[in-house]
Parts: sequence; structure tokens; C-alpha cells
Amino acid sequence: MSSKLIDAKNLKKSFGEFIAVDDIDLSVLRGEVVGFLGPNGAGKSTTMKMLTGFLEPDSGNISINNVDLKSNPLQAKEFIGYLPEGAPSYSDMNVLEFLSFVAKMRGLNNKLLATRLDEMAIQIGLKEVWNKPIETLSKGFKRRVGIAQALIHDPDILILDEPTDGLDPNQKHEMRNLIKTISKNKAIVISTHILEEVEAVCSRAMIIANGKLLANETPANLDKQFANKDIISIKVSNKINTVLEKNLKSSINYGDVKIEKLDKYTNRILISDDRKTPELNAVLKQVNKFKLNIIEASFVKSNLEEIFRKITTTNASS
Amino acid sequence: MKTYLKKIYIIFDRELKGYFRTPLASIFLLVFLALSSGMTFFLGRFFERDQADLTAFFAWHPWLFLILMPAIGMRLWAEERRSGTIELLITLPVTNMQLVIGKFLASWIFTLIALILTMPIWVTVNYLGNPDNNVILISYIGSWLMAGAFLALTSCLSALTKNQVIAFIISSISGFILIMAGFNLVLSSVRSWTPTWVIETVSSMSFLSHFSRIQMGVFDLKTLIFFVSMIVLCIWINVQLVQIKKAD
Repeated sequence: MSSKLIDAKNLKKSFGEFIAVDDIDLSVLRGEVVGFLGPNGAGKSTTMKMLTGFLEPDSGNISINNVDLKSNPLQAKEFIGYLPEGAPSYSDMNVLEFLSFVAKMRGLNNKLLATRLDEMAIQIGLKEVWNKPIETLSKGFKRRVGIAQALIHDPDILILDEPTDGLDPNQKHEMRNLIKTISKNKAIVISTHILEEVEAVCSRAMIIANGKLLANETPANLDKQFANKDIISIKVSNKINTVLEKNLKSSINYGDVKIEKLDKYTNRILISDDRKTPELNAVLKQVNKFKLNIIEASFVKSNLEEIFRKITTTNASS
Repeated sequence: MKTYLKKIYIIFDRELKGYFRTPLASIFLLVFLALSSGMTFFLGRFFERDQADLTAFFAWHPWLFLILMPAIGMRLWAEERRSGTIELLITLPVTNMQLVIGKFLASWIFTLIALILTMPIWVTVNYLGNPDNNVILISYIGSWLMAGAFLALTSCLSALTKNQVIAFIISSISGFILIMAGFNLVLSSVRSWTPTWVIETVSSMSFLSHFSRIQMGVFDLKTLIFFVSMIVLCIWINVQLVQIKKAD
């Protein structure tokens, strides 16, 4: 018995000529929050649809809590709570009716149903719209109804397709907190194209582009592995004329030296090299020879966004 | 088995209540009652016929159902697909067969309600004369069965599209073909150049010829099998179509 709640191997899915998911492996342990990252149309939603049993993969195996999804779909689906993209719901029902419907379909008995409904009302904050038709709710509430629907049977596995899409910053924050609170004893997969979200809630990030898995790391490791560490930026409060620029460039013995004028009295020197990482001390020594007034010296730190762009674009072009 | 049926019931329950959540149900029931009695009294000349039967009432049912059954059934799958809730349904621990049956039954029971509401006409004919109530009962059952066949067909076709209007139109056209299959006008035009067995198969598919036998009080096994197998076939195709079209 493995503790892998989700274990998928060699997932492939194509629609006609278009290959949506190309040989993706994925496993999620209890307590993990995995973030699917990728540009639109990368195959995130398709992967999630296969994990939840909505779509059948062309090839590959999916095991949900050690139950094979293909041969035992009904049993496997019991373990999963799913928020489809766009949080669809029956707009003519009110929140109570809709959640009751899903709970009954999930096989909750009447007693459990009542407790779970109460818990959802409080935990997800739906009390105030409890008896309103879903079509009259705001986007934020609709999304919460979708989350409540996925959580109603307290599943071991939660698959959320863009849970914060279309929410305002406060609602996003709340949603992330909610995901964090419930994540302790569940396996959660969320998809997003917001990178800060991955940093905020995920214990692991999987970057997908063109149906392929490009990275599968903790956000911190991703940073370590893909961050730009080879550009040094030195800010000086001096005017730099063309002669000085020429001298600087020749004395700093690295491939590419650029001078950026920030304003009248401050300039930034950017040093990079394709072959080797420039050494900060050596560079500073050279710059000091010109008696420049250094205010700041640092490596240019790339954020997840740059890492993401780097990974997805290089692979798309290759 | 118990949970299998229970899930069908939950689907059925949601769907049936869904009709009454919007004004759709009351509008439909009103239109149905108005048209069915209008046709009986004005087109069917119920009083002028001066006969204690409901032939004038039932004769119009195939034509009435041709328009009204697609109106009831068009949303069954088209709306699920349009709003994306089909993804919710299919990821629940339930089979497509249960979903299709539950939804179909909801629309069929709704039609039963509509038929029961026409009871005053039965009371009227009993007040005015001495009709053969067996024939009337058989006609009601036959009418409901025929409605079921129309609904199963509509439900099946509504899985083909995300647009309820398109679902309505293709269902009406298909229903029209199934009614017309029994007309001599149609049959005689093809009789000259098609083998007899084709003609016989086509005319045996006709809703009209089966229903007219029922109206006369003849409720034979053949007719029962025809409508029931029509429903079963459509439900089976419906399940396949949901499987094929769910992700489009």
C-alpha cells in the first residue's frame, strides 16, 4: 500500500491531431498541495479531467487511493472532490438545494448531510446566501459554492481547476487560506496561471506546457534551479560618459557589460556572461578602481514569473 | 441495487423539481391544456360529433406531442452541456445510464402530470353520455407511452448539441418523420420503387399507425413492444451520445 492518493502514469490524451497531454506522470501524497502551472491550453484542465474520470486517457493508468480509475470508476470517484473550470452549478437551484443534491449523490445519509451542510455554511462562508438562487450570486460566491460542492463529502482528494479565477484580491486571499487549512490530511491539486498562488499555497509546482511536464519541484527548488544567478547589477551615483563606459567595459573582464541610465546622477551597470557566472568580488574590485560611488550591488533575482516564462518558452521553441 | 435506484431517483427528483423552479412548467401545462382542449372542441368538433368518446381529444395528441415533447425534453442534455454542469454530473459516482434514465423519467412523469390534468374532459364526456371508459383508459396509457417515445427521442437528440433551440428543431423534425411514416400519402409515393419489406418496416415504425390502433381500444402486445423498445433504444443511444459528446 502506498500513501500516494493520486498515482498517474504515462497519461496521454489527444483530440484529433492535437496532443493535449503528452506522457505526464503525476503522484500526490496525503498532505501535499500540488500546483499545476502553465499557459492557457497547456493541458492542465485536460489532465485534471482525466484524474477526475470525466475524460478517459488514450493511454496510461490512474490510480486513486489505490483504486484503478478505469476498472473501478464509481469507487474511485468517491474519493474525489472536483471543482471544474468556471465552477459550473445549477443556476436555478438555491445554494442549499444544490449542495444537498450533490451530497445525496455522494451517498451521504440524512444525519451526516445536515452536519456537513452546517459545516460548509460556516467554513466556506455561505450562510448569508444559503437560500438564494445560485444565478443571483456574485462570482465570488458562485466560486465558493463550487468549492463547497467539492468538499461536501469531505474527500481525501481535492482537484480544483482555477479556484481563484475571477475573484478579487481579498477573496483570493481567503480562498488560499481555506486551501491551506484543509490541506493537512488531503491531497490537493490546483491549477492556476497565477504564480504567486503557487508560492503561497503549494508544496510542489508542476509546470506544464504543450501537454508536457517541464518541471516538478517545490517552489523553493524551482527558484534555485531556474533562477537567473548570472547577472550582477551595480548601482552607482555617478555620471558615466562614453570614455568611462569604454574603460569600464574593458577592465571588467566579462562577456557583456551594459550601462543603464536610471536618472541624471545614477546609473546601473549590468554584468553578465554566457560562459561563467561573474564573481561579485572581482567585479567590485574593478569598478572601485574608477572611484565610483557604489550604492547597491546585487545579483538580479528572478521571480517565479521569469522562471515560468523561461521554462515554458524555451521548451516551446525547441 | 438499492443505491443504484436511489441515485436514479435523486437525479429524477432534481430534474422534475427543476421544471417547477421556473415558470416553464406552468406555462407548459397551460399551453398543453389550452391546445388539447382547443383542438378537441374546435378542430375535433367534440360536440357536433355527438358521440360519447374521446376520439376528438386523443386524435390530436401525436401532433400536439410533436411540438410539446421537444419543448419539455430539449434542455435535458443540451443545457447540461452548455452550462458545463455535465462535468459535475459525470464526475459524481454515478453511471451515464443512471443519469439518462433519471432525466428521462423526470420528463416522462411531468408529461403524466399534464395528462392527468386533462381529466375534466373525461369527466365531461361521462357526464354527457356513457363512454367506454376502458377505451379511454387505454388511450390515456397509449398517449403516455407515445409521449415517452417522443421524449426519449428528444433527450437522445439533445445530447448532440449545446443549444436548446437546435435540440428542439431536430427533435421536432425527427418526430415528424416518425409520425408521417404511416401516412398512405408518403407510403404510396415510395411504394413503386422500394421493396415491400422496406415499406412495411417504415410503416411499422409509424407512431401514428400504432397510436390509432390504441385509440380504437386495441392495445396489443405489438404496440406495447413498439413504444417500449423505441424508448429503450433511444435511452441506449442517449447513453452513447453522452459518452461521445460530453467533452466537446
